Amino acid sequence: MANQGPAYYSPYPAATYDGVITPPEGKALLLTDVVDEEVAMREIAKVMLTSDNATIFPGPQVLYAWNEEAKKKATLIKEMAEVLNAKMIPMYDYRPKYPKIDPEVEINPNHPNLTIWHNDIKAAIFVGVHCHYANVALKIVRAETDCYTVAICGLSGHEDAMATLRDQHSHEMEKFIAIAKEVKAELGK
Amino acid sequence: MALDIYKINPEFRDIMPQEIIDLEEKATWSVKMEKARGIKELPQSKELLEEHSLCAGCPEAAALRYVLSALPVPEETVIVNSTGCTSLMFPHIALHTVHSLFGNQNAVASGIKRVLEWRFPDKQKDVVVLAGDGATVDIGLDYTLQSFFRQEKITTICFDNEVYANTGGQESGMTAKGQVFKMAPTGKKFEKVPMWELAKTSGCHYSVNLTASAPKQVAKVVREAILIAREIGPTYINLYTPCILEIGLSANEGLGEMKDQDKGRFEFYKHVSPEAEAYLAKCKEEGLL
Ligand SMILES: Cc1ncc(C[n+]2csc(CCOP(=O)(O)OP(=O)(O)O)c2C)c(N)n1
Ligand code: SF4
Ligand SMILES: [Mg+2]
Repeated sequence: MANQGPAYYSPYPAATYDGVITPPEGKALLLTDVVDEEVAMREIAKVMLTSDNATIFPGPQVLYAWNEEAKKKATLIKEMAEVLNAKMIPMYDYRPKYPKIDPEVEINPNHPNLTIWHNDIKAAIFVGVHCHYANVALKIVRAETDCYTVAICGLSGHEDAMATLRDQHSHEMEKFIAIAKEVKAELGK
Repeated sequence: MALDIYKINPEFRDIMPQEIIDLEEKATWSVKMEKARGIKELPQSKELLEEHSLCAGCPEAAALRYVLSALPVPEETVIVNSTGCTSLMFPHIALHTVHSLFGNQNAVASGIKRVLEWRFPDKQKDVVVLAGDGATVDIGLDYTLQSFFRQEKITTICFDNEVYANTGGQESGMTAKGQVFKMAPTGKKFEKVPMWELAKTSGCHYSVNLTASAPKQVAKVVREAILIAREIGPTYINLYTPCILEIGLSANEGLGEMKDQDKGRFEFYKHVSPEAEAYLAKCKEEGLL
């Protein structure tokens, strides 16, 4: 039996039922606490650098070269993965897949837990996933796994992630990478 | 930009599965084609639909592949669908698809088409409705016909399997008289609705009734219908895709049933308005057909 998450067996596997909502502008969310963005960035870097099989799940908004910002973010996410010693597994689109996905190399929002179970991922960053599918995927992961999830979101964030950074664009990603480098040096990783 | 959403950022190329790389490189995107794309490329190209969860051998799946191969510009096409067996394929198409509330598909498509015209005045965007006979001719008939009356520039393709298949076999307006189904045990009491004729009298510039037995024919009709909808007005295709499950056929018998009906209820019917006829001739000259 896989290790399950904070919402397992709950009929409402949604953080809002525990009173957790997205952070206000300029702030971030760590579990149930609203904190400064830098505080969250440090904690996210620490969790990613110290958890088993830390992975970044880039979504369609960054995987494809559909505008200049997406191209910039792609370079930054690649760097982010190197700094965090993280693997990357793409969520390349949202189509359900028959007969089943290959959890070794892909993640699908309709059953993201399969990829996390298969690779025993204990911390993961979702970035570039459209809000409606991030909402679905993060709820399933929250209920079905013990993975620490991070949402790096260009809009208002996701309360179902354990850590959420909002309004994240290339400038903010650069800031996160700089902080992650510091944390990495401190941890000697 | 439309095609850019399939262009993989170089940083991620090594982690993308081959099928997604193939979609970028080997699908017959219109901008990459020297000639009009069509059914002939199906065997070599990366298809826009490869997986689905319909019954094995369901003719709807084959028909949809023919339809997709014939879209003039898939990267600039939005497909609107409705609930039913067909909607078990739509989430798998590698294009923009919009799932509308059952029956509302032509109203939703009208809105999408108008917004696209306003938002992208310099681009030709095609809006194609694909829905079952229950959605098109029964519950959504109002919206279907109203979109024809209003001369919306959209193409409507009805996957006519003559039954509400997805809900287990109830009769629809398109069911043949006398037909018995699991949930229509006393048999249909009135005639099949001649929807292709209603489409004509309601203002469609192109209306065709046919089976999906001949892939080339389906592709040709789809292409003509979409081109006419761009410039002239609404077009309608009634396509027989039998529900082999509900009429008791096995997986390999769908084609035979369609061939039989080529001489029966789905004998080829085609209406083309004079304006549409003239426009098709122009398209031919320009190599669009
Ligand atoms: C508003 C609404 N009414 C009714 C239904 C139930 N429903 C789901 S599929 C279906 C039948 C679809 O029949 P058809 O359009 O012929 O498609 P098919 O399944 O035969 O391909 C119905 C009535 C629904 N999903 N939504
Ligand atoms: S029930 Fe009929 S229409 Fe639906 S998938 Fe099966 S064969 Fe096709
Ligand atoms: Mg039907």
